Amino acid sequence: MNEQEILQKLSSKFPFLEGKGRVARARRIFCDVPNASFREVIDFTIKELGFSILTTMTGVDDGETLGFIYHFASNNGMMLNLKISAPKDNPVIKTVTDLFPSAEMYEREVEDLLGAKVEGLKPGRRYPLHETWPEGQHPLRKDWTYVKPAVSGK
Amino acid sequence: MGKVTIPIGPQHPALKEPESFAVTLDGEKIVSMVANLGYNHRGVEKACEGRTYTQALYLIERICGICSHTHSTCFIQAVEEIAALEVPKRGLYIRTIVAELERMHSHLLWLGVAGHEIGFDTLLMYSWRDREAVMDLLALLTGNRVHYGMNVLGGSKRDISPEQAKQILKVMDVLEERTKYYIQVATEEVTLIKRLAKVGTLSHDDAVKLGAVGPTARASNVDRDTRRDDPYAAYAEVPFKVITDGHNDVYGRTLVRVGELMESYKMVRHLVKNLPEGPIAVKAPRKVGPGEAVSRYEAPRGEDVHYVKANGTEKPERVKVRAPTLANVQAVAKMLENGYLADIPIVIAAIDPCFSCTDRTTFAVKNPDGKAAGFIDWKSLREYSIKWHKNNGVDFSKMRIKIK
Repeated sequence: MNEQEILQKLSSKFPFLEGKGRVARARRIFCDVPNASFREVIDFTIKELGFSILTTMTGVDDGETLGFIYHFASNNGMMLNLKISAPKDNPVIKTVTDLFPSAEMYEREVEDLLGAKVEGLKPGRRYPLHETWPEGQHPLRKDWTYVKPAVSGK
Repeated sequence: MGKVTIPIGPQHPALKEPESFAVTLDGEKIVSMVANLGYNHRGVEKACEGRTYTQALYLIERICGICSHTHSTCFIQAVEEIAALEVPKRGLYIRTIVAELERMHSHLLWLGVAGHEIGFDTLLMYSWRDREAVMDLLALLTGNRVHYGMNVLGGSKRDISPEQAKQILKVMDVLEERTKYYIQVATEEVTLIKRLAKVGTLSHDDAVKLGAVGPTARASNVDRDTRRDDPYAAYAEVPFKVITDGHNDVYGRTLVRVGELMESYKMVRHLVKNLPEGPIAVKAPRKVGPGEAVSRYEAPRGEDVHYVKANGTEKPERVKVRAPTLANVQAVAKMLENGYLADIPIVIAAIDPCFSCTDRTTFAVKNPDGKAAGFIDWKSLREYSIKWHKNNGVDFSKMRIKIK
């Protein structure tokens, strides 16, 4: 199955994905998926299309929304990058750790650095920030800035 | 007998990098383990957003000392894809040669570290002495032993002269002889085999389920190698074997790494002998994008993934790095289940951890009460740390270190 065929299979199974996908180059497919149907879509891509590897998950700050790109891969080197979004004032997504235990670290990372809320993620120590890092400070958000200290000392 | 939980790390003589493991023991047997990471977090991803692509390239290269070329190449590949730049063949070949040289020095380093963790210091001394041959070669080609700076947006920064090419081939011959000796040690030395076999077992299914990558996965018969599956740089034109092993334990990981060393020597010989003529780089624009790209690279430790999003300006919008150790660290907890406390150093060393690659974070923020975030400079941070440890029973204030 080549990249175009995969996109076709996706849009024929999920009509709401029509026009939302693109083939960037060989072995790279990108597609935007509505948050509510994400689980349905990945159950299909994992079982039927062979994208059984989750390499990583990237959180992005898109201004009004927070985006979450799941980078799936198949055994023959193909990558399917699915992006879901959630509004910044209520950035809730569901965990995928039941399917991919390795997703735990990536989900903790978006919770810590972007302030997302992952439903179903079991409680645990934050990653990667330190436990004394203050609440509500999410460094990877675009409006979180820092000014380097002018002089070292007091 | 009751269970005891002991902390291993973040500072521990057995660990080469800071990571903290809370290990619950029943006598000598490990019942469970929780990993706490983040000690090397430096804020690289955020820092890249405020830098131009060239500045970000240098920053990304410094995520790690041993896998510096890995991160540099993986990042620049993503940017070149967004900018639709076609790197000339010679530039790709040079990148690949440096990449394989890096794999060699990393695996020889690993061999030494593994030897040290099991008390085989002679192996450490021998393998690190041989590793010097690669380091000298890298210094000859790139000017530096680590952080080579060989990549520019559009190709390679330096060319390889015919004399340097001859030197590369000479060093490959020397190292191949030495590695044959290490393979002999690994396959015939009974004490080594007995120490490493059945330690840190990870079944094939667990390796797949937990997302293990690199030699850790290949030693559990997971036949995945980004160089073959998702070729980048010049790998599509280099014949090589992917080394897998069915031992599922630290012994298997040793065999995979020495096997990969032998393959690397063959690959570098092929690349040098078939080095195409032509330019080594194309001219690149300052502004890149808009667009996004995902780049993958087989680092010595496993699959490295970079995601870059560009917005048409000279600075990236988002840079995400997923280093291989993050994928392997969750497999460690599984490997240590029902293992012995004494095996912890070698099992952790067997995934070849590089927490500098994994964490990448930023400045400390004052005011845990949540008010305006400020920045702690080094002196205040040190004072904070002394105070914190005093509250936890350790007094460092009597230490006087003079830094000239």
